[in-house]
Amino acid sequence: MAEQTGSMTSTDVLNNYKIEEVNTDLLIVGGGMVGCGAAFEVKKWAPKDMKITLVEKASIERGGAVAMGLSAINTYLGENTPEDYVKHVANDLMGIVREDLIYDTGRHVDNTVKQFEKFGLPIFKEDEEDKRTIAEGAKPLRAGRWQIMIHGESYKVLVAEAARKALGEENIYERVFVIELLMDEAKENRVAGAIGFSLREPKIYIFKAKAVIMACGGTVNVFRPRSTGEGMGRTWYAVWNAGSTYAMAYNAGAEMTTMENRFVPNRFKDGYGPVGAWFTLFKSRVLNAHGEDYMQKWGEMLKDYPPYGLAKVPATCLWNHVMLKDWMEGNGPFYMNTSGAMKTLFETLPEKRKKSLEADAWEDFLDMTVAQAGLWAAMDIDPGETNSEVMPTEPYFLGSHSGACGMWVSGPSDIAPKEWQWGYNRMTTVNGLFTGGDGVGASGHKFSSGSYTEGRIAAKAAVKFILDDPGYKPTVHTDNQTLAERIYAPMIHFEKHREYSTEENVNPYYIRPRMYLFRLNKLMDEYVAGTSTFYKTSEASLLRGLDLLNRLKADAKNLAAGNLHELMRAWENYHRSIVGELHLRHVLYRQETRYPGFYYRTDFPKLDEQNWKVFVNSKLDRKTGEPELFKRDYIELVAKG
Amino acid sequence: MPSFVIKEKCDGCKGRDKTACQYICPNDLMVLNKEIMKAYNQEPDQCWECYSCVKICPQSAIEVRAYQDFAPMGASVIPMRGSDSIMWTVKFRNGKIKRFKFPIRTTPEGGIDPYQGIPETAGNLKDELLCDEAGTTLAAPKK
Repeated sequence: MAEQTGSMTSTDVLNNYKIEEVNTDLLIVGGGMVGCGAAFEVKKWAPKDMKITLVEKASIERGGAVAMGLSAINTYLGENTPEDYVKHVANDLMGIVREDLIYDTGRHVDNTVKQFEKFGLPIFKEDEEDKRTIAEGAKPLRAGRWQIMIHGESYKVLVAEAARKALGEENIYERVFVIELLMDEAKENRVAGAIGFSLREPKIYIFKAKAVIMACGGTVNVFRPRSTGEGMGRTWYAVWNAGSTYAMAYNAGAEMTTMENRFVPNRFKDGYGPVGAWFTLFKSRVLNAHGEDYMQKWGEMLKDYPPYGLAKVPATCLWNHVMLKDWMEGNGPFYMNTSGAMKTLFETLPEKRKKSLEADAWEDFLDMTVAQAGLWAAMDIDPGETNSEVMPTEPYFLGSHSGACGMWVSGPSDIAPKEWQWGYNRMTTVNGLFTGGDGVGASGHKFSSGSYTEGRIAAKAAVKFILDDPGYKPTVHTDNQTLAERIYAPMIHFEKHREYSTEENVNPYYIRPRMYLFRLNKLMDEYVAGTSTFYKTSEASLLRGLDLLNRLKADAKNLAAGNLHELMRAWENYHRSIVGELHLRHVLYRQETRYPGFYYRTDFPKLDEQNWKVFVNSKLDRKTGEPELFKRDYIELVAKG
Repeated sequence: MPSFVIKEKCDGCKGRDKTACQYICPNDLMVLNKEIMKAYNQEPDQCWECYSCVKICPQSAIEVRAYQDFAPMGASVIPMRGSDSIMWTVKFRNGKIKRFKFPIRTTPEGGIDPYQGIPETAGNLKDELLCDEAGTTLAAPKK
C-alpha cells in the first residue's frame, strides 16, 4: 500500500501545532443521530448562559451511521404499545435486556419521528393521496410491524441542519477527533472533559466540561471482514465506526454490559444491501441452493431455544443458526427469492402499487446502500427474474440495531427498578458521563429514531446534572504539553525512527495503523469466532487469542503515523483493539452459548437459562489496569408470553 | 466501490473556501493535491461508497468504480442531487439503463425551524417528559 501523502505530514504538524483549550458546560462527542438529538433537545432545557459544544470527526451533514441515508425508520410504535415493543426486543436479544430503557425509548420515539417529518423528511403514507403529516393524523406506510418507509436520502442532512441551527455554528467543532476522556483529578470517578486533535490543522483541543455525552457509534472491522481487498471498506455498518464510544468509556472506568453480544447480519452478499424490506414488505424468503426454505426444513431446531425460538418471529441469531446448519450440510449458497416474491406480489397488489414496486425495491438500496444497486447492475440482476445471494457477514458490535453492546446506564426515574437508577437517565457509572444509541447497552432495536430519542433523553438529564452541582469546576492538573505529546505520540514515534530504513512501511521500530488493524483482524477471526471458524470458539481458543491480543496491545506504543489522517487511524485502531479485548473477555466469562448463529462456545454449546439469564458486565480497575467481570441480575418489568 | 475523481472535470473547488469532497467525506478520504489542484481518494479500500462526495461535487467530477475484488466491470450508478429530489441513473453491465427519481426533503434547504410549535418553556426539568411532550402523561409498564 502506497504511503498516504494527502493530509498534513507529521513533520509539519509537530513543528507548528497549537493548543486550544475549550471550556464548556456540556460536551457532546459525536454528531450522529444521538449527538444531533442531544443538540436539538438540550437548548430547550439549558439556561441561556450554559455552553454546549459538539465535536465530530467528520462533518455532521454526513457523519455517523446514517450518513448515506436510510430507506426506513425501523422504530415507530404507532398502534403498538411500549409493552409490545419490550417483548419484541427482549425476544430478539435472547432475553437479557434492560426493559426499563427499551420501554423508555418506546414511549418517546413516535414524537421524535414527528419532529423528523417537521424538519422535512418525506414519509410514505398508507394512503398516497393523504397530504397530512403523521402528527395531523395521517397513517405512515409500514414496511413491517415496527418499520415505516421513508424517502431518506437526506435524513441525516435534515437532522444535522436542525442540530446546527439549535447549537449555533460557533459551538460545533468538525474534523476534530476525540481520542480520550479527561477525568477529574480532584473528584473520584468524575468526567472532566476530553482531548482530541484537528484533522485539518496542526492543533490539539483540550475540552474541559462539566458533563459529556459520548456517542461515537458502534464498532466495525474488529474482525477480519469477508472482503479483504478493495471491498474491505464495504462493511455492513458504517466503516468509520471504530468503537471509540466503548473504548473511551471503558478506559474512563465506565461499567460495560453485554459486550459478549455481537451482530452478524445476514445480508446480500458482498454489497451488504438491506434484506429487511424483502422479508417484511415483499414477503420474500431465503432459499438454499436446491430451492428449499431452510427455516421450514430445520424448523425443529428452534425448539431447542424456548421461548426465543418459539416466538412468531424467532430471535435474529436463531435464523442464522438454522441457516448455518443447512450450510454445513452442504446446501449453500443461499438466495433471497426476489423473483418468487415479486411474482406473488404482482398477483395480489392493486394496479397502482405494482408500478411503484420496482422503484421501491431499488430505492431501498439507493437510499442506504448504493453499492448494492451497483452490484446488481454489475451482475445484470433484475430482482423479478434473478435471485440474489445472501450470506452472514463478519461480526459487528453495536447497541442500536439487533445488538446489545454498550454501557450500563441509569434508567428513567419513574419506571426503572432501584438497582437500575442512580439519579440521571442514561448516565453511565462515571459521574457526568452520559450516552445514547450504540453507547447504551442491553437495549437494542432503537435504530435511527430511537438513538436520536436517547440523545434527547441524555441531553435533558445532563442539563439537570450540571445544574445540580453549580459550584463544580473541572480539575485537570496534567499540563497541556503532556496531553499534546500523548495525542501526537504516533507522529513523534514516526519522526524519531523514519530515517532508519529506506522504505517507510518496513521499519523494525514501529507498526503502522494498517498492520495493527490486520493483526487484530486476524487474531479475532481465528480465535474469537470469526467467519473462518464458522463463528466457533472455546476457552482454549479464547485464551490463546487473549495472549496474542495482549501482545498486540503492548505494541500499541509503537504505532506510527506519518500524517493527520494516519494519526486518526492509529487512534481508531487502538480503540478497536480495546473493543476486541472487551468482547473476548465477555465471551470467555459467559459459559454458555447465548447467541447461537452469532457465535458458539463449543465447550458450552447449550443455552443455559438457569445459570446465565444474567447480564455480564465489566469494568476497568483504573488503579491496577485490570478488568473485572461480574454478573448482574436480570429484572423483568413486562410479563412475556 | 471506491470513489474516483475525473481529472479533467475537477477544479479543486478553486473558487470556494474549501474543497467540497474533502469537507463532506465521513471517513476523511478525500484530499486535495495542491500542486495540481485536483482532489483524490487517499485510501480507496476504506471507502464505504456512501456517495457523499459524488453528491456534493459542484463539477460532477466524482464517480464510483465498483470494488474490483468482487464486482464485474462495466456498470455504474450516478446520482444528480437537487434541492428537493435526487435522480439516479443505473447503467447495467449489459448496457441496460434504469432511471429513478425520489424526493429528499419537503422543506427548503436551510429552512428548518427546529422548535416550530414547541413552547418557549419546555416544562419541568425533574420529570421524564421531553420538550415536545409538555402536558402529556407518560406510559408506565403494565405487568
